[in-house]
Amino acid sequence: MMIETENLTRKFGSLTAVDSLTLRVDEGEIFGLLGPNGAGKTTTVRMLCCLISKTSGSAMIGGYEIGNEKNAQKIRKIIGLVPDNVGLYESLTAYENLDYYGTLYRRTDSQRKESNEYFLKLLGLWEKKDVLAGTFSKGMKQKLAIARALIHDPKIIFMDEPTANLDPESSKTVREFILDLKKEKKTIFLNTHNLDEAQRICNRIGILNNRLMAIGTPEELERSIHGRKTVIQVRQVTDSILDSLKKLQVKNMVRAGNKLTFDVVNPEEENPDMINAIVAAGGRIETVNVTSSSLEDAYLKIVKENVQ
Amino acid sequence: MTNWMPWKIARKELKVISRKRSIIFYIVGLPLLISIVFSIVVKNQIASGIPTTISLGAESIIYIFVVLATVLPSTIAAYSIVGEKVEKTLEPLLATPTTDGEILLGKSIAAFIPPILSTWAGASIFMATTDYLLLNAGLGYYYFPNWNAGIMLLLLAPLAAILSIEIAVIASSRVSDVRGANQIAGLMFIPFVAIFFAGAEGLFSFSIVNLLIFAGIVTIVDVVLFFLSRSTFRREEILTKWK
Repeated sequence: MMIETENLTRKFGSLTAVDSLTLRVDEGEIFGLLGPNGAGKTTTVRMLCCLISKTSGSAMIGGYEIGNEKNAQKIRKIIGLVPDNVGLYESLTAYENLDYYGTLYRRTDSQRKESNEYFLKLLGLWEKKDVLAGTFSKGMKQKLAIARALIHDPKIIFMDEPTANLDPESSKTVREFILDLKKEKKTIFLNTHNLDEAQRICNRIGILNNRLMAIGTPEELERSIHGRKTVIQVRQVTDSILDSLKKLQVKNMVRAGNKLTFDVVNPEEENPDMINAIVAAGGRIETVNVTSSSLEDAYLKIVKENVQ
Repeated sequence: MTNWMPWKIARKELKVISRKRSIIFYIVGLPLLISIVFSIVVKNQIASGIPTTISLGAESIIYIFVVLATVLPSTIAAYSIVGEKVEKTLEPLLATPTTDGEILLGKSIAAFIPPILSTWAGASIFMATTDYLLLNAGLGYYYFPNWNAGIMLLLLAPLAAILSIEIAVIASSRVSDVRGANQIAGLMFIPFVAIFFAGAEGLFSFSIVNLLIFAGIVTIVDVVLFFLSRSTFRREEILTKWK
């Protein structure tokens, strides 16, 4: 287990930014933390990076418990942070930015030279290594900020909105790079607003709105709303078809003309029985579709319920 | 030294500062300008035939370089700290294994070295020019260096520079732009200038004893402000309480 929190809480005066957060992230996992503005995502990352203290609860990062300066130093050595603002030194070149961070992580000259070149080439910035970071596009800056977070080969990488404000092509490059990091067994803790991004790259997702509202794989979260639905279009719905389906104890059957909709948990097992019942009752099936609620549906419902 | 973390941080700060023309012009230009202007003043005094009274004026002029040492470092310190805050570079920096003390010390070294070297350079130009002029006027010995100038430049100026940096650090936590931090830190200029005018009015003499007492007072203030600035410059404070 690379990240483990137990009732982690942070208060600012009377405001509880993060309330009893309990979660676990395995090695090599990409964990996404979704939530609206002010949900406590950045505060969570800051606590886990030992930038700010916790009010109560506990958290272990790479086997070290947060909360004391000795462990904080050890934790900072094994983590990399990509903050929501890239925070590059604009009057230093791309190479100088990376090299400075290499020195802060106490890397030797040869280690720095090697890793600076490796990451700048990997992210397509080698040709621009002597160009001031201040002149870079947002995408290039973001890539450089990611390289900076990786310069010391950390085990865990915290990313706060890494594709925010990027154009689609740069976002894609960053996402692919994150997936490459997963192959290297890096553990990634990703704060994001981007549901599509979370769905594409995260193994598991937590929905935070000061409290952790839900946690699971993207598929589990989608199903947690109202599971999936089977929609069967029949040429003519008859009473005998409806009686047959009722005997199967189908869930939440809704009829709209000749269209029948049912809640299903496992359509692969439930649909054949329903189809057989309709056919046996003399029905002629025109189409069968299975629809799912999206992660967006799940997210909006969970956050909305929390607000209410 | 090269592997000492504060020095590594200071080197990067110096590199950034070296690319800011306005700061370089200010740090290098001001002491140089003062040395040239006051060398001309001394030349005119000598021309009016009063070389025996030059000592009082010359010491006051050396004190101006001490006043400079209260102003110049805060410019760099404010830029170095508030500048990082404005450019949002503090958070990734604070996520590295460097300690708060190392970062603060590194930035303080970078804010200390260029102004103090520049102040010394300006004062040296002034002292060398004055010596040349006085020798040619028939003084018969080198007026500078002397103990008074030595105490002012080697003791009082560094202590004033440290004070300037500490105030800039504290001010940095209260403002959101470099100019604001500079303005607050600049208030420290007032007591030092007051001493200058007290000297000019004959209320204070730049004697060795007086200068040592003054240096002792500044040292005490430096120590107090060190603990205050140290408690201000903590990760938690920076990320949650700084403006």
